[in-house]
Amino acid sequence: MTTPVIKRAAAPAARPDPQDHGTERARHGRLLVRVFGRQPIGIALTAPYAVFIGAIFAFPLGFAVWMSFHDYFFTAPRVSVPHPFVGFTNYKAALSDPDVLNSFVHVGVFLIINVPLTVVLSLGLAAALNQAIVGRTFFRVAYYVPYVTASVAVVGVWLFLFNSGGLVNTLLGPLAPSPSWLVNSFWAMPTIAIFVTWKQLGFFILLYLAALQNVPKELYESAATDGAGKWRSFTAVTIPGVRPATGLVVLLAIVTGANLFTEPYLLTSGGGPDKASTSPVLLMYQKGIEQGRPDVAAAIGVVLVIVVLVIALIGRRFTEGEK
Amino acid sequence: MTSPTQVEELRETSRGSKRKAGRGSRILTTVVLLIGALAFLFPFYYMVVGSLQKEPDTTLAGAFPSLSNITGHNFAQINGSIDLWRSLLNSGIFTGGVLLCTMVFGVLAGYALALLHFRGKGTVFGAMLLMQVVPFQLLMIPLYVLIARTYGLADNYLGMILPYAINSTAVFIFRQYFLQLPGELFDAARIDGANELRVLRSIALPLVRPALLTAVLLTFIGPWNEFLWPFLITKDQSKQPLAVSLANYISTVAASASNPFGAILAGAVVLAVPAVGLFVLFQRKFISTDLGSGVKG
Repeated sequence: MTTPVIKRAAAPAARPDPQDHGTERARHGRLLVRVFGRQPIGIALTAPYAVFIGAIFAFPLGFAVWMSFHDYFFTAPRVSVPHPFVGFTNYKAALSDPDVLNSFVHVGVFLIINVPLTVVLSLGLAAALNQAIVGRTFFRVAYYVPYVTASVAVVGVWLFLFNSGGLVNTLLGPLAPSPSWLVNSFWAMPTIAIFVTWKQLGFFILLYLAALQNVPKELYESAATDGAGKWRSFTAVTIPGVRPATGLVVLLAIVTGANLFTEPYLLTSGGGPDKASTSPVLLMYQKGIEQGRPDVAAAIGVVLVIVVLVIALIGRRFTEGEK
Repeated sequence: MTSPTQVEELRETSRGSKRKAGRGSRILTTVVLLIGALAFLFPFYYMVVGSLQKEPDTTLAGAFPSLSNITGHNFAQINGSIDLWRSLLNSGIFTGGVLLCTMVFGVLAGYALALLHFRGKGTVFGAMLLMQVVPFQLLMIPLYVLIARTYGLADNYLGMILPYAINSTAVFIFRQYFLQLPGELFDAARIDGANELRVLRSIALPLVRPALLTAVLLTFIGPWNEFLWPFLITKDQSKQPLAVSLANYISTVAASASNPFGAILAGAVVLAVPAVGLFVLFQRKFISTDLGSGVKG
C-alpha cells in the first residue's frame, strides 16, 4: 500500500522542469514551490473543505472550550453583552450536579454491556459469515439493515415490542419485569445498550469481515498441521490476527456510547424513570438549550471528551496488551 | 525450512481432516447465522405488520398478518398529524444539499489530498482524521449558538445542512480511491499539457465512478437518518425532516392517540423505506467499500 504512494510522490520531482534553466523566473518559481508546494492548485481544490473544517470543527471546538470558562448565556442575535471569565465555575456546577455524575455512570453501564457484547457477537458472526458459502449475501444484508435504518424508525418498533403489553412481555409471561423494561429504572439502560448493540452490529461485522481477509491463510494451515482444532485456531490465529480491528471496534463503540442521545431521549421518554437512563449528551441538551445554560453544557461536553479519551486510551492498552 | 512438496503434503493432510469435520460444523454455522438473521430482521417485519394493524395486537398471533385486521388507516393518521409529504420533502432537501456539497467539494478535496503536493495538505488530512474521533455532540452547543443564535439560521435549510455539508468519511473514501489509480496516468496527462482540473475531469473522475456511487450511498444514510441536529434547530414543523417530526410525534402526540403504535410504525415504515430500499438495491456497493483500508492501521 505504501510503496506506490512513495513512488508517485517522487516521480514529478525526478522529472526536470522544462523551464528550469537557472533563470530569474525559475528561481522565483522555486520560491513559490517552497511556499505553496509543487501543485498550489491543491490549495484551491481543498479550500472549501478546509473552510468547512475550520468553521464547523476547529472554531466550534475552541468556542466550546472558551464558553466553558466564561459566563455565557443566550441573547438576541447581534446583541453585544460581556461574557466574563469565570474560571472553573461551570465545571464545578456541572460536576457537583448529581444528575451529571449519574449520567456518566449510565454511560459506564451502557459501555460495560455494549462493548463486550459488540466485540464477541460481531467477531463471532463475522467469522461464521467468512466460512458460510450459502446465503452469505443474504446474511450480510440482514445484519446490516438495522445500521442503515434511522434510529427514530427502529425506536418505534422497540417501543412496540418492549412496552408493558408488548410482544416481548406477552411471550415472557410472568417472567417479564415489572414495571416493564423501558420504564423500569433497573432495566432501562441495559435495554438501551442492547438496542444500540443490535443496531450497530452490522457495521462492526463488516469491519471484522474486512479484517479477516487480512489474516494470512498460511497461519490457519500451520495451526492445523500443529494439530489445532477449530476453537484453538480461532483463539490462536483469528483473535490475534484481527487485533487492530478489535481496537477500532472498541474505540468506535466507546464513541457511540459517548454520543448517546436519541435512544434514551425517545425510548425512555427523555431520560427514563427517575432519570435512570440520562446520558451526558441528553443533559447537555437539557442544560444548554432547554434551561439556557450553554456554558455549563459546554463544560459537560469538555469533561465528556476527556473521559472518552481516557477510556479509549485504557481500552487501547487493554486490546493491545492481551497478547 | 520445509520444502514446497512437504508443505503441499502437509496441506493435503490438514484438508483431509477438515473435510470430515467440515460439513457438520458448516451446517451448525449456517443455523446460528440463520437464527441471528431472523432476530435482526424480525423488528422490520414487525414494523410493517404493526403499521397495517387496525388494533394493536401484541399477542403471538399478532405477529402474523390477518386479513380482518389490515388497514391503511395508520398511514392516514400519521399523515394527518405530521404531513408526511412535507416532512419527506424536508428530508430530501436536507439530504440532497449534503450530497451535493459532499460530491462537489469532497471530490475536489479527496483528489487534492491524494495526488497533489501543496502547502497545508498534512494539516487538512490530520484535521480530517481528527474529525472522525471527536464526537459531534461536543460541538453541538457551540454550533447551536453559532448557527441558530448568531447567524439566525434556525428553521432554515442552510442551517440544517451546514454542519454536515462535507462528509469527511466520503472525502476519505475519495482519497483512498484516487490513491489506488496508477500515478503514471496522471503524469502522462500532465506531460501532454493538461492542467489539474482537466486531469481531474477527464481522467480521475471517470475512473472513480464506482467510488462516487458508494460515497453517495454512504452519505445518504447520514442526513436521512439524522435526528439530533435538525431536532435542535427546527422548531417550525413545516421545516422538520421526517425523523424529527416522527420523533416529536412519538414523544408528545402519541400518548393521546387512539392507536399510537399503528401511527408510529406507519411513520417508521415511511422513514425506513428509502434508506433500506437503496441499501438492498445497491448492497454490493455498500459492502465492498474500502472498509478494509481503515482497518489495517
